[in-house]
Amino acid sequence: MTNGTVKGVIANMVTLEVDGPVSQGEICYIKTGGDRLMAEVIKVVGADVYVQVFESTRGLKVGATADFTGHLLEVKLAPGMLSKNFDGLQNDLDKMEGVFLKRGQYTNPLDEDRIWDFEPLVKVGDTVQASDWLGKVEENCQPLKIMAPFQMEGTATVKQIATAGQYKITDTIAVLEKENGEEVYVDMIQHWPVKFALTNYKQKPRPFKLLETGVRTIDTFNPIVEGGTGFIPGPFGTGKTVLQHAISKQAEADIVIIAACGERANEVVEIFTEFPELVDPHTGRKLMERTIIIANTSNMPVAAREASVYTAMTMAEYYRSMGLRVLLMADSTSRWAQALREMSNRMEELPGPDAFPMDLSALISNFYGRAGYVYLNNGEVGSITFIGTVSPAGGNLKEPVTESTKKVARCFYALEQERADKKRYPAVNPIDSYSKYLEYPEFADYISKQINDEWIPKVLALKTRMQRGKEIAEQINILGDDGVPVDYHETFWKSEVIDFVILQQDAFDEIDAVTSLERQEDILNLVTEICEVDFKFDNFLDVVDCFKKLINLCKQMNYSEFKSAQYNDCVAQIKAMIEPFKVA
Amino acid sequence: MAKAFQKVYTKISQITKATCSLKAKGVGYDELATINGKLAQVVKIAGDDITLQVFEGTGGIPTNAEVVFLGKAPSLKVSDQLAGRFFNAYGQPIDGGPEIEGKEVEIGGPSVNPVRRKQPSELIATGIAGIDLNNTLVSGQKIPFFADPDQPFNEVMAMVALRAKADKIILGGMGMTNDDYYFFRNTFSNAGALDRIISFMNTTEDPAVERLLIPDMALAAAEYFAVEKHEKVLVLLTDMTLYADSLSIVSNRMDQIPSKDSMPGSLYSDLAKIYEKAVQLPESAGGGSITIIAVTTLSGGDITHAVPDNTGYITEGQLYLRRDSDVGKVIIDPFRSLSRLKQLVAGKKTRKDHSQVMNAAIRLYSDAANAKTKLENGFDLTDYDNRCLDFAKDYSKKLLAIDVDLDTTEMLDVTWTLFQKYFKLEEVNIKKEFTDIYWK
Repeated sequence: MTNGTVKGVIANMVTLEVDGPVSQGEICYIKTGGDRLMAEVIKVVGADVYVQVFESTRGLKVGATADFTGHLLEVKLAPGMLSKNFDGLQNDLDKMEGVFLKRGQYTNPLDEDRIWDFEPLVKVGDTVQASDWLGKVEENCQPLKIMAPFQMEGTATVKQIATAGQYKITDTIAVLEKENGEEVYVDMIQHWPVKFALTNYKQKPRPFKLLETGVRTIDTFNPIVEGGTGFIPGPFGTGKTVLQHAISKQAEADIVIIAACGERANEVVEIFTEFPELVDPHTGRKLMERTIIIANTSNMPVAAREASVYTAMTMAEYYRSMGLRVLLMADSTSRWAQALREMSNRMEELPGPDAFPMDLSALISNFYGRAGYVYLNNGEVGSITFIGTVSPAGGNLKEPVTESTKKVARCFYALEQERADKKRYPAVNPIDSYSKYLEYPEFADYISKQINDEWIPKVLALKTRMQRGKEIAEQINILGDDGVPVDYHETFWKSEVIDFVILQQDAFDEIDAVTSLERQEDILNLVTEICEVDFKFDNFLDVVDCFKKLINLCKQMNYSEFKSAQYNDCVAQIKAMIEPFKVA
Repeated sequence: MAKAFQKVYTKISQITKATCSLKAKGVGYDELATINGKLAQVVKIAGDDITLQVFEGTGGIPTNAEVVFLGKAPSLKVSDQLAGRFFNAYGQPIDGGPEIEGKEVEIGGPSVNPVRRKQPSELIATGIAGIDLNNTLVSGQKIPFFADPDQPFNEVMAMVALRAKADKIILGGMGMTNDDYYFFRNTFSNAGALDRIISFMNTTEDPAVERLLIPDMALAAAEYFAVEKHEKVLVLLTDMTLYADSLSIVSNRMDQIPSKDSMPGSLYSDLAKIYEKAVQLPESAGGGSITIIAVTTLSGGDITHAVPDNTGYITEGQLYLRRDSDVGKVIIDPFRSLSRLKQLVAGKKTRKDHSQVMNAAIRLYSDAANAKTKLENGFDLTDYDNRCLDFAKDYSKKLLAIDVDLDTTEMLDVTWTLFQKYFKLEEVNIKKEFTDIYWK
């Protein structure tokens, strides 16, 4: 293997002189004091190799030696990763010693001693290719597949396969014979370089299946689908994290991977603390059992932050290859972009907009492109739904990260300062936000079959009402309450009903926090009914009175258990209020 | 100064306003050096060429200055002797007292493993309703005041520090005026709290680049008391905007490409490294905590500037001060202030109606703001608008003003009284479960 010697240091960028070949992105370890610091090649100029070190370089001296490993940054994938907490380089955080993180401490992400109940899915003589399912084990009630090596080229014949029984992940469970007669020994561990997409599927169609999140402003108004992409930009304090946590708690996914990328440690602690207690509303099991956390918090080394999102995506691809529905959340992709900027700056590259690297847009679109709904080679389906948050500088959406993301993500949930100031949470702007999936005919078909064919037209009608309500609010601001016709007030207040009853949702209230699809349908119908009534008020004060009462009733309804006596009572009172106007 | 085995270099090849370069061997990154007795730190190594950042500036440094490398990163001696003492940015006493004896620790050390943290859950009561009711503080939190330079943020911070019942209060002053330094000293001394205070001071009279050491010094001391002595430590950092200004000076001198507002591209990471030292340790690690309350001064209230903007993304909320001309008092602005950890204690460590009451009051206060706009634009006000305006004045005076001193239950009771004085039941939009009890 190639060796190197340190020639220069600026913060976490180190120049090495090498004695042999190195590849772009190759991993090396630099020895300083008693520590081995992991680093990645980012530029080669003649015999000078520039590496970014994933740790603090404090005390590093010229002349320190480095060994190259011959491989790129990769993850080890095997059963046993669920409910674990990793850092951005896939070190198991729980295995680390002491209260403080220690430099150069790398821990095995996998448990090699754990025993698994293995069942074969192929027999001797079967022909297989890379990623084909050879067998299965069960982890936390999730059926996990043991697959033919991802890297294997061409097809191979199964020469031996382990019988059902108990094995460790390091045990050989199959021997494959390739076309050229070479034998491949397969255990349960896969290796994959994180910066390359795992494209081991047959086809990636347009996604169409609604991914239920229990958040009304998403499910009803701007739905996201299994295998879809979305992003949540917003100034600080507008509830990005609360919304993201709500989605990760409630979404109907088999596996949830949360990449805390350059964010607050206490937010990760919140997940560690709450998820083991909370119950998955869809399976009744503990949320933590289906969750993996990649924690690279803001005070952890910046280069590892860049790696963390790729580590998370590669894990997601691993589970998708098994035919599972994966939800990947990254908070925040802006911090990832900033890590790229810091490095680009140290390498003295010519800067792009806002000093970000020129290829930022390409990197973002490649990353979002790795999500998707896929048909695997065996006809099964799997998906990665990706939702990233963006933290735009100064809350201004005209900045490179937001703009680049907008080009690729299909759902846009714009969090707005003004709504947050008014405590209208979730502060998703109902007018600027969109879901492109509402326009997909595949999605419309799916919704017609799963719910009914009135759903989408009703949603679109309410969206128009929101738009109209906003226009009228502006006119009232200019002309005054008396300066506009009374029916303008009515239209405005109808948009307020939509806002208060459907869009606003109390993430900290046990009942209101999550709304089932059935309940959302009920609310959508009720609100539509209210909006379609012609109240014929004489005076705008009556409008305000009437709608405040209606909104208050609807809120009490939202706080009540679905179909409980209290719920039914609220609905009855609402209907009683609007009934007289309907006859007229 | 130089010890026997240390090599002395005397040939400086380049001097800028903040850095010196020379040829030397065997130098470690981040290592300290002295140049004619002035402290400096290694910021760049390229072969034998070493670049040093000189904290107090390079004025007066000759090309033949004596350069000695100390073989260590900046450090602080920690022990119980720190309590009650005042230090400069290098951790040297400035109160005329003796040097500290204790264990020498490198400042700016590694972070706490996230899985070894505990979720903060202990309420810090300040008596100020604008904080306790609307933006409850929790131990282990990090939160700044966003304030214009003319606002009384140091006074509020001192008041919060004294009421917070911390075991130690560590004050990190960056670019603080001498007057403010004496204000803190006198306030703490008059309150009889001096033995709980540790100060690291860089005043406007000291060199700007020295400030860069202050937060790390303060936090190294905080970690000693929180981790080893299991104490509740409150760290006050004022003013972080001046700290960031120093960062931009250094990066500019090192020819780095600036990003937004001339700040270095690494501003987010630089600030996060400081704020993320706030921590609540679990019982198994002694249960100590570090809470950080900082000040970020704004220019004309502009929070889109890179410093407040990056800070907002790192800290767990922010507190705004505002002068309310309707009541003639400084209030904690309920709209833009936020404590992200409040739901960990609101309704759990306080009365159950806390969150709902808080949200309802702020919503009504926001309706008052709309009514005010209407009034200013010359439109007629409705009866509801007028009631909102009256409510807002009372609410501002009795609850939001910084001179309020109540416990949280009293704050909630006062809010309910105001609701009933000005509104109808359906106008407050609170869960029936609570209106049944408190709406009398």
